[in-house]
Order: sequence, then structure tokens, then C-alpha cells
Amino acid sequence: MSTTEAKQTDVHVHTVRIVLPAHLRTIAGIAGEVPVTVEGAVTTRSVLDVLEADHPRLAGMIRDRHTQRRRAFVRFFACARDLSHDEPDAVLPDAVAQGSEPFLVVGAMAGG
Amino acid sequence: MSGVRVLVGTRKGAFVLTADERRRQWEVDGPHFSGWEIYHLKGSPADPDRIFASQTSGWFGQVVQRSDDGGSTWGQVGGDFTYDGVPGQHQWYDGSLRPWEFTRVWHLEPSLTEPDTVYAGVEDAALFKSTDGGESWHELSGLREHPTGPSWQPGAGGMCLHTIVAHPTDDQRLYVAISAAGAFRTDDGGKTWLPINKGLRSGEIPDTDAEVGHCVHRIAMHPSRPDTLFMQKHWDVMRSDDAGDSWHEVSGNLPSDFGFPIDVHAHEPETVYVVPIKSDSEHFPPDGSLRVYRSRTGGDEWEALTEGLPQRDCYVNVLRDAMAVDSLDSCGVYVGTTGGQVYASADSGDSWAPIVRDLPAVLSVEVQSLR
Repeated sequence: MSTTEAKQTDVHVHTVRIVLPAHLRTIAGIAGEVPVTVEGAVTTRSVLDVLEADHPRLAGMIRDRHTQRRRAFVRFFACARDLSHDEPDAVLPDAVAQGSEPFLVVGAMAGG
Repeated sequence: MSGVRVLVGTRKGAFVLTADERRRQWEVDGPHFSGWEIYHLKGSPADPDRIFASQTSGWFGQVVQRSDDGGSTWGQVGGDFTYDGVPGQHQWYDGSLRPWEFTRVWHLEPSLTEPDTVYAGVEDAALFKSTDGGESWHELSGLREHPTGPSWQPGAGGMCLHTIVAHPTDDQRLYVAISAAGAFRTDDGGKTWLPINKGLRSGEIPDTDAEVGHCVHRIAMHPSRPDTLFMQKHWDVMRSDDAGDSWHEVSGNLPSDFGFPIDVHAHEPETVYVVPIKSDSEHFPPDGSLRVYRSRTGGDEWEALTEGLPQRDCYVNVLRDAMAVDSLDSCGVYVGTTGGQVYASADSGDSWAPIVRDLPAVLSVEVQSLR
């Protein structure tokens, strides 16, 4: 096996299920969950990179388009945990990578 | 058949109101972009089917939408408003320094002649220009980089560039207004800017007649008199007859000279409209009575226009972009309120009737005259 082939077989491909808030589903023109195909480590950054590549209209709406910082009123949840303040390169829970649990992008609570 | 198309931005979406030249029977289309704040939408004078809309959200940021069919269908265009270079700092409310940070587009001003050219006034205050129909934007950074920039401060609504007035024939001359920095003019297409605030006096700043720091709420101009400008300042209605080089007060007999919008009759350059508001701490009409005031003398002498407007128990506001005039033979005047009403007059303000009563709070009203 060549080095290149070895590297290719080492790259794991995951299908991550993303749940977006209603306004962003409208912007992206989608209904329901959004599946994204992530190669390599499944992190907040890698998931959002693929999401924004698949749906360029979402650029700047979840995180700043230049600094990549999470927008102040957006939060990330998965597996009943708040991941909003985790490092963007931290590996997401296995259940998200395996597709058994969705990655939730949530608008911060508002209303009354 | 002629008619009008009234473009209404609200806290929860955009609405398009249409009528024939009699302006009695209205069709209401919307909400477009439901749930989003639509700070402003405006049609291109060069191509009336082209309309730009600023769609914004404290959660998800800025979107610019464009319609090429008179507001029936819309498509998202560019929303990347990146300041040119290192943005620097301006004053915060308490006088401390804060970095410039983009928040939203307050006002979109399409070019008078080029359908693909449109200006955007944004918060934190800066002017952007697109020459590709809103797909991409570049900052005219000479304004933000004016030496007075570090002394600019926000008004209550934020440090916003909310007014853009284009000279009717000189495409190098633009006027803008910023809360709370004041009015500025460029004579070279936006490369360099001159503060034009001589004659303004503002009790909210340490030096009441400083070069900048004035909370200008709105500027209006009649295209036949491009050197004559009318201004509704935080307090005071002002007039300039020398392209903003100097101003004098024309508040005259108004019941309050606080207010937000100001506009000029389409065919009478000395006929001006304002909506007096009680005070900066009480944003509703004096005496609970919604009155548009009209001067036919270019200011100083004002008459209350009340027929068809609520004259008791009315405590709404009319925001700075929420008044417009059409250019039909009998000039129409339109105001939108924070209570969700849009009132129309088809006779220069003599009488009024609501087009709609129960929209979300109205942020902006523009009108296109269709022939």
C-alpha cells in the first residue's frame, strides 16, 4: 500500500446531522435536519466549515466570517450538553460523529 | 395607469402596499422575510423593479435582499460589510473608547442613475458602496477615517449612519448623517469628507456648537434646490441654503422641535413636513395627538395636519426613515408608526387615512411612484 493510499484509508468520513433554527433554515432554503459530510475529526469548526461550504448564504450568521468566533446569541448543543464554550477544535461527542445524535445550532433564548 | 408602491420595513418583516393614483384602495403583500427586522428597503430610481432590503437580526446578523420584479420575489445578495483596514475606535456612551464593530445596515440608498450601484449606511457608522447590485460591498473609508472619528459617539439607537442624500446631478456630491456625530458632505465621490455642522447647537455635548457630536436625525432635500437642506436634529429643525456650510433654526411655532423624520413636498421645494415628538425621553406625540406639521414657507411657520390622524390617546412614534412623499401630480405623503399603522395622504397632507393599522412596529417607509 502506498503512503497516499494509507493516508486515504486513515481519513474517516462521518455524516453529521445538524439542526438549524428556523430563520437559518429559511435562509439556506432547507427543511428539517441538514446532513453534512465531514472528513477527519468531527469538531465544531469542521462541521461548520462543511455547512458553510454547502450553504454559502449561512456565512457570517453562525460565526463571524473573519474571526470565526461564535456569534454572541448563538449556542451549540449536543447530547444534552452545552458545547458553546468548548474550543472550536475540540472533538464533538461520538454520538454526533456517528449520526445517532444531532448537532444543534440554537438561537439564544428570547421571548417573554 | 399610474400608481404607487409603498415599501414598509417593520420589526418583523417587510410589506409592499400598492394602489392606483387615487390611493384609496390598497393591496397589502407580505410579510416578506417574516420574523426579521427590516430596517429599510428602497427602490432604484434607475430601475423601479429593483428594490433593495436590509434584513437584520441580533442573533444571525446582516442579510441584504434584492428584488428585480418590484418586490414580488427576492434573492439574497451580499452581506459582508468588512471595514477597510484596521477600524480604530470611537467613543462609547460614557466617553470611553470602543472599537468600530459592524452591527447592521440602517439605510440603503440606490443610485439615481445606475441600477447596480447602491450605498449602505451602517452601524457602527460607516458608508459602503456596491456597484454589482449588492453582491459585494466596499467601504468609502475616508468618512470613518476622518480625524474627528475617535470623538464620534452613539445615539440611543446606536452609532449609525442613517441618512444618505445624493445630489441630483453631481454624482461626486453626497450628504450623510450620523447619530451622534453630525452631517458630512463629500465632493469627490466619497474619498474625503467635510463635517457640515456650523450653526447646530446641542445641549447634550460639552461644547454645544462643536464641529461634530450632534445627533442629527434626518436630512431632506428637494432635487430642484440641491443646495437647500432641511434637518430634523435631536432637538431643533434646521435649514441650510449653502449645501450644509451653515445652518439656521426654522423650528418656529412647532409644539416640540424634537422629532425624527423630515421630508420635502415633491413639487413645492419650500413645503416641508415633520412629526413633532414630545421629547427625547418621551417618544410620543405631544398631547397624545398625532400631528404631521407642514410648512409652506421653508420652515418657521408651521400648520398642524390632523384630519384622519388620531387626535387622542395616541402614543406612537414615527421613526426617522418612516416618512416618504410620492411624486404623483397630487403629492402623496406617508408616515409609519411604531404602533404598526401606515397613514397615507393623497392631497399633500390635508387629509389622511390608514392603509394598514396592525403591522409590527414600522421602521421605514419609502414610496415609488409608478407611471
